[in-house]
Amino acid sequence: MYKRNRALNYKKMDLEIIKLIPLEHYIYFSVALFCIGVVGVLMRKNALIIFMCVELMLNATNLLLTAFSAYRGDATGQVFVFFIMVVAAAEVSVGLAIVVMIYRNSRTTDVGILNNLKW
Amino acid sequence: MNLRNVLIMPFLADKLFYFLTFVALLSALLVVFSKKPMRSVLFLIITFFCLSGHYVLLNAQFLAAVNLIVYAGAIMVLFLFTIMFLNLKSDVVDKRSVLTQLTATISGGIMLVLMVALLRQAEITVIKEGVDGSVGLVESLGKVLFRDFLLPFELASVLFLTAMVGAVMLGKRDAGDKVI
Repeated sequence: MYKRNRALNYKKMDLEIIKLIPLEHYIYFSVALFCIGVVGVLMRKNALIIFMCVELMLNATNLLLTAFSAYRGDATGQVFVFFIMVVAAAEVSVGLAIVVMIYRNSRTTDVGILNNLKW
Repeated sequence: MNLRNVLIMPFLADKLFYFLTFVALLSALLVVFSKKPMRSVLFLIITFFCLSGHYVLLNAQFLAAVNLIVYAGAIMVLFLFTIMFLNLKSDVVDKRSVLTQLTATISGGIMLVLMVALLRQAEITVIKEGVDGSVGLVESLGKVLFRDFLLPFELASVLFLTAMVGAVMLGKRDAGDKVI
């Protein structure tokens, strides 16, 4: 009985903490993080740093999904974030293998020279 | 036990939110603008730690742990390993031309302004009552994951196997390749 009461108290406290921070602030934070990632992808030439900026964008969406999920009390969003992390891990391993292969063939990770398919 | 309420005093939650947001945005900017790839990776790790703090604040403890293990642990080690393995020279000019940089910054800024302006007008309804605050705990997430999303969970293993085979195939040196 005591344990059950404590669990209920925690649940109540959670709600109060969540209400302290408006959901809009999470949205603006995620948008800012996403835009920093976009600027990085457009600005840098190093393939590795472009990859990192893609990870930044993925994490911005992850945070937004988690925020909506927590504010709505719906676990599906957090499961989706979990799957995004799974796919991101697979993507990074393959992508870094491609970067290593590019480096092996051209001795650089500059994406500016990879223009064979351009025209 | 609730990790968040033990670790963080409830009245500190909003201050902690703004602190974590500030550090995350600052280190994200440093990821983009730092000259050496190694520093970019280290700043990205700081960003991921801050995001894990955000997950704890949102009471999504499972995601906080997974974010630390998968992103700040595995993926960043992979990045660090690749950078050290490639032995990239930091004196190689990495930046694009000034015009391209300006265009990139302006287009990113326009995107930021547009999205903020659009989202300011959006009506975001927050359910005030009856929200289950323990939804991000391992217990409830595990129930959802293994009851409703069992097939995607199993298919993820196939995806990992494919990625592993792909990475090995791409990284394998053929007989005719020159040795670096």
